[in-house]
Amino acid sequence: MTKTVYNGAWFFVLPVFAIVAFSAVLPLMTVVNYSVQDTFGNNQFFWNGIGWFQELLDPSTELGGRFFEALWRSLLFSAIILMIEVPLGIAVALAMPREGWTVALCLVLMALPLLIPWNVVGTIWQVFARSDIGLLGWTVNHLGIDYNYTNDSIDAWVTLIVMDVWHWTSLVALLCYAGLKSIPDAYYQAARIDGASRWAVFRTIQLPKMRRVLLIAVLLRFMDSFMIYTEPFVITGGGPGNATTFLSIDLVKLALGQFDLGKAAAMSLVYNLIILAICWVFYTVMTNVDAERERVEA
Amino acid sequence: MPDLAWMAWTWQTGLFFVGIASLLLVMTMLALYRPETERVGILRIPTTRGDRLFISLLGAAFIHLAWLGFIGPDLWWASGLSLLYAAFVFRYV
Repeated sequence: MTKTVYNGAWFFVLPVFAIVAFSAVLPLMTVVNYSVQDTFGNNQFFWNGIGWFQELLDPSTELGGRFFEALWRSLLFSAIILMIEVPLGIAVALAMPREGWTVALCLVLMALPLLIPWNVVGTIWQVFARSDIGLLGWTVNHLGIDYNYTNDSIDAWVTLIVMDVWHWTSLVALLCYAGLKSIPDAYYQAARIDGASRWAVFRTIQLPKMRRVLLIAVLLRFMDSFMIYTEPFVITGGGPGNATTFLSIDLVKLALGQFDLGKAAAMSLVYNLIILAICWVFYTVMTNVDAERERVEA
Repeated sequence: MPDLAWMAWTWQTGLFFVGIASLLLVMTMLALYRPETERVGILRIPTTRGDRLFISLLGAAFIHLAWLGFIGPDLWWASGLSLLYAAFVFRYV
């Protein structure tokens, strides 16, 4: 029996189209529209053509200078975050118990940081790391290490990185743990019979089986760290100076602080394009690694 | 008709989006009347016509930005290069 295709069903998708158009497509079009205009307030707009883009891509201008600085900061931050959280997450997942009552305890403990809202995480660390009334800042200073995240840019970076590792390593660990749980016991038995070392088991069984979840973890952590806003806004406010002014923070300063809609729109578009390109690469690699493996296995 | 002047639309951005929308429309029509199968090109990934359009558009955006950043504000050359790039993508990727 063949099923008949009822094309009228497409009308049921219309509400979704309408909502997405209203909440995502039209606002994005507005951003494109603003990026080629200038405003002096009072809702008066003037045509500026590609002027903002030209300024944005020229590091010798004020706009271009701050854009590239913020871009490198964001990329560096994401790179550091990935280099710490991914190996650490794998290590934590490997160390977690596989059975018994400790499994539930571990899972709950791991999930706790993920449940805390971003601004609360920021506030916790803002106070925790203060050198006068914060436990962490006070202790570090009393150990003889000069630490003050409000006036030293390295300290500010360290604080943000440690905070992010605290907040999000659990996500990587939980994803990896799910990947590890899906490996049938027969694989380990075979490895034992072959006399495989712990490292060989990790390299040839656990890591390949975790590849899919790891790619998701890397994608999620990259996107989140590249777009990070709330925590640095609460902890450092982008300072000291501009040391922790990431792209998102700079964008908000430009759009809402200075109300330079044209410049901010041009910056958002380039920011958006970078994210889109990186996401596409990640996604393509992710889907094709799977397809490749299925081909090999079949 | 409500007054939409506050949205500050310009005919140039209008034209841009009409262009994008008609591209999507053409692709939809093509998908309906000339259905296609995925193929594997020089990137060694399976792509459909829509994938190739996406790669072309994303690439075109970066070509324009790179031209603006490295060479100059005369973007017609960048547009021409983007068309060549798109033709290449549709033929070989």
